[in-house]
Amino acid sequence: MIPFDYRRPDDIGTAVATVTGNPRAAFLGGGTNLVDHMKLGVAEPELLVDVTGLTSRDIERLPDGGLRVGAGVRNSDLAADPLVRERFPVLAQALLSGASGQLRNLATTGGNLLQRTRCVYFQDVTTPCNKREPGQGCSALEGYHRHHAVLGASRQCVAVHPSDLAVALAALDAVVRVQGPGGERTIPAETLHRLPGEHPERDTVLEHGELITAVDLPGLPFGPRSRYRKARDRASFAFALVSVAAALDVAGGLVRDVRIAFGGLAHKPWRARLAEDALRGRPAAPDEFRAAAEAELADAQPLRDNGFKVPMARNMLVSVLTELSAEDGAA
Amino acid sequence: MRLNVTVNGEPKQADDVWEGESLLYVLRERLGLPGSKNACEQGECGSCTVYLDGVPVCSCLVAAGQAEGHDVRTVEGLADGDTLDPVQQSFVDAGAVQCGFCTPGLVVAAHDLLHRVPDPSDEEIREALAGNLCRCTGYEKILDAVRNAAATS
Amino acid sequence: MTRTVDGEHLVGQPIDRIDGPAKTTGGARFSAEHAYPGLTHAALVPATVSRGRITAIDTAAAAAVPGVITVLTHGNAPKLNPPKRPTPANLSTLVSGTQVNYLNTDEVHWDGQPVAVVVAETSHAAREAAALVHVSYERLPAVVDFAAEEPNAVAQKGNPVMPGSAKKGDADAALAVAPVTVDARYTTPQHHHNALEPHATTAVWQGDELTVHDSTQSITWLRKHLALRFGVPEAKVRVLAPFVGGGFGGKGFAWPGTIIAVLAARATGRPVRLLLTREDVHRAVGARTPSAQRVALGADTGGRLTALVHTSVTRTSRVGGQPEQVTAPAQHLYDATNIRTAQSQTTLDWMPNTSMRAPGDAIGSFALESAIDELAGELGIDPVELRMRNEPERNPIDGKRFSHRMLREAYALGARRFGWENRSPEPRSTRDGRWLVGMGVATAYHPAMQFTANVTVRLAADGTVTVRCGFQEMGMGNATVQAQIAADALGVPFEAVRVEYGDSALPASVMAGGSMQTSTVAGSVLAACGKLTRRLSTLARRTGMQGRTPTEILTAARVPFIDAAVGSDTRLGALAGQARMLAKVVRDQRTWAKAACGAHFCEVRVDADTGEVRVSRWTAAFDVGRVINRKTAFSQLRGGIVMGIGMALFEEALVDRRTGRIMNPSLSGYHVPVHADVPPIDIACLDEPDPTMPLGILGVGEVGITGVAAAIANAIHHATGSRIRDLPITPDKLVT
Repeated sequence: MIPFDYRRPDDIGTAVATVTGNPRAAFLGGGTNLVDHMKLGVAEPELLVDVTGLTSRDIERLPDGGLRVGAGVRNSDLAADPLVRERFPVLAQALLSGASGQLRNLATTGGNLLQRTRCVYFQDVTTPCNKREPGQGCSALEGYHRHHAVLGASRQCVAVHPSDLAVALAALDAVVRVQGPGGERTIPAETLHRLPGEHPERDTVLEHGELITAVDLPGLPFGPRSRYRKARDRASFAFALVSVAAALDVAGGLVRDVRIAFGGLAHKPWRARLAEDALRGRPAAPDEFRAAAEAELADAQPLRDNGFKVPMARNMLVSVLTELSAEDGAA
Repeated sequence: MRLNVTVNGEPKQADDVWEGESLLYVLRERLGLPGSKNACEQGECGSCTVYLDGVPVCSCLVAAGQAEGHDVRTVEGLADGDTLDPVQQSFVDAGAVQCGFCTPGLVVAAHDLLHRVPDPSDEEIREALAGNLCRCTGYEKILDAVRNAAATS
Repeated sequence: MTRTVDGEHLVGQPIDRIDGPAKTTGGARFSAEHAYPGLTHAALVPATVSRGRITAIDTAAAAAVPGVITVLTHGNAPKLNPPKRPTPANLSTLVSGTQVNYLNTDEVHWDGQPVAVVVAETSHAAREAAALVHVSYERLPAVVDFAAEEPNAVAQKGNPVMPGSAKKGDADAALAVAPVTVDARYTTPQHHHNALEPHATTAVWQGDELTVHDSTQSITWLRKHLALRFGVPEAKVRVLAPFVGGGFGGKGFAWPGTIIAVLAARATGRPVRLLLTREDVHRAVGARTPSAQRVALGADTGGRLTALVHTSVTRTSRVGGQPEQVTAPAQHLYDATNIRTAQSQTTLDWMPNTSMRAPGDAIGSFALESAIDELAGELGIDPVELRMRNEPERNPIDGKRFSHRMLREAYALGARRFGWENRSPEPRSTRDGRWLVGMGVATAYHPAMQFTANVTVRLAADGTVTVRCGFQEMGMGNATVQAQIAADALGVPFEAVRVEYGDSALPASVMAGGSMQTSTVAGSVLAACGKLTRRLSTLARRTGMQGRTPTEILTAARVPFIDAAVGSDTRLGALAGQARMLAKVVRDQRTWAKAACGAHFCEVRVDADTGEVRVSRWTAAFDVGRVINRKTAFSQLRGGIVMGIGMALFEEALVDRRTGRIMNPSLSGYHVPVHADVPPIDIACLDEPDPTMPLGILGVGEVGITGVAAAIANAIHHATGSRIRDLPITPDKLVT
């Protein structure tokens, strides 16, 4: 690990100004990903600005039935929050399916969203990687890519985003609140992360120096009927092969509304708009769910070793929606 | 920097600490507490688990600067003199210890679990301890140890 | 609490391990936890090419890091004697992990070979500087793709302990005419031991005296090896390893970290600690070889095996490595009329492979026991019944007698406890919601061996007993078990016995490996205790104290203590001991087929949506001879099964075929089982002593893992109808 300076400023404004003023500065949250990357040489900031004491650790009620989650709220606290569990079970389930208890106790809401891909070539500084060093080439295209993207990838990068939380937030139409040198702005969670295109080095639309301060979860009446499901190589403490976050509102046997996002398929949480549109107003039935999943996945472009993700994602979505519709009918 | 941190109830100081070194390093190399282990130093095995302000964390990922002014409790701080904590005693009795390298982290994680959930189900135990890798025991006796400790405390 | 068992034999009791309190309180000191004044920290610089020559090393930036004491490369490192070629005449020559003379050569033989070491005042300074060492290479053509090299494999040379091939009748001809056949290819990837403790060395020179705390499974051989490499008499070298944080074979040999730590201490004149990073553990320590195997079976319609062919290809290195007895199970398990086994190897520019828990048998049993299950399916015979129909009376390949074989009884016991009779024969016939449920079975088998160890036992007038032996304790519970054995043999309470181990200053023992440490040390402890008992009787007769306690006899005789020794550590004694050991091993091999065995039964649940596999239930019934301590022995067996679950479902080194570089050298990339992966595991042992082994012990360290991956693959086939022949069985291989 390359030595760095460490600062704990007194307020968010100072923190933002400090990072903005130094292109090699970075914010430090729980450190569960950044510190590891510094040990690997993947990240080499010369200044770490610790914001763990600055960003809010509170979860506030919003008037519309939603919640505002401070960026400093630890993953374990967010998952355990009674309001979150009641109103947005998909979020609590997503959090609890990630990492381990010890890591969730450290990891923050903001930091979780900004974790970087687990692509083995990205993590090994001796191998070419366009995300780490633009122009080097992508080693995963012809190498190990069982975990990699089947949707929205480019020749530059086929990595996937590893956050479970981000998938749930994308499904829930969450809004990310950001403070930057020019003041505050909000970004829909769905568009926080980007597709790689020609610039895989950029994971998100955030500019250098912009700090996530909170995440707003708008009220969602059918939020309680939501679910997160994750497929992985071992029973716990593993990143997703595929995950799905979904919320379903059924009335009279028809889908009144639905929210769906996939994890593990793309460089960003994949909000399944095509599937949602296909389902609204249709019968809440497995055949319909299957057709909607297939519509969403029709453009998938698997690599040599990750074609399994397409049937896996389809099956998982059908299952989750079927379970939710049964739950809905019973309620 | 001069690091001030409360460890196992006692205020401790360490001089010439670099803010970027890990809390694990501070404990093992500067404060003479090698009970917390360094099996991966990447947050992937749980062997360095300590309480930080009352919640278990991977001390390998906590920068010393972030521990400044905080409260740390390590495996060395669980026993009362020569009397083992019930969780420690339960690990010995159940045969939940083999090579012993994962044991300190597991003991702290199990200790925390039983304080949060006094009577955990098997599934809760398995999931709560999923961040603590063990390569020797096959986990079964660790489960027994936690069950027994829950029953006796 | 079971520490004292009055009036009963201690052997067979589930005694608590004696190091339990030290390990649960953080009091146990491992090899990287010994403080010395002036202690320095070292970090390795690994090569990033698979084959080449170093053309330049720029250490200026590294040397400029505050706290760095030195950067050693082949340009400035002290001279190191090259390792000796392995020879059976001196078994300690086997202990060199590779043939590379680290930091004394500009040649690079594998991606990860250490090419420099940084010594600094703190470990983070050392690691920071190591990242700044810039090495230039002339790249040479490297052969790194195991799969591509498979056609170029050459037949493996055999040795008396491990024949390279074996033959009975004409298996290929029999196969060609057999009415029912299975002929399939199976593959297993490279596995890493990943003991929780990374390899660590603390090395201290005082003049020409060397003290090394090392996480080793082989104190005695490592000491000899260090003496040779550093050109000092063996008597000047002391290796200490009272606590080793797991080994599984990965700490059996001397790997670069150990040698380089000692070298760095010599160069700097200061104590050096080198703790491998988890990445180093993957790159600078040998792993289990990948394998490609063929099993072909022919049977008559009644399920009698007429042909059994098992061949394997494994990988070794240009700079070391070893054969693996992949096809050994096929020589012992089935009474086939015709048998042919053959092993061949490829040679790559790669880190030499090394032993990992049940080397050969663990991966060979996957193929053989999967194929038997496939044959059972072809025949429509229950897989347990098929095994029973082919259970041999004598060792199938050569007709040797079994010293002990209770596989039938193990199957009967396991089947009863598991409820095997409830299994429906048809694959994909049981469903529970979205879970497809299946049951599988496979045989466990691991050869038993006994070597020799030197031991002294002292009986003191105060009633205490001290057993001294340089064996190693990596968590198996050997210290506890030997105390039980000595206490029983001398009729003293368990608490009266102290066992000293883990120090090369003690009488020399064997390495911990091959499941033979407990039986080997037990043999010597029993012999020494026998000598003591005889001497005590003589003293009792002489003093008229027959029938009295040892304390009374020794007090009456005015003798403070009596000692008994088995074996000798003098040069001649050691040579004689080695000759005796080899003779015994060869004699045993010629006379008996000797092994621990067992039957694994498991239930798996496969997610019909995702192909995720959960092992939901396990019963294993073993014949491991006598069980000395249920608590420690069952834990060993259970640990073996869980490592087998990892092998079946997730463990795999991702080796980039283009570069030969390991791409997942971490515990998040290389998945070992976590708590949530493990079902309740029911262990049963027949507990019948083997008549040819000390106390009837057959060993428990390795038999547990054998057969596990096959049992799971068979259960997955039963659950889903899909036969997966390539490990690990990850969800992508099952999802449809």
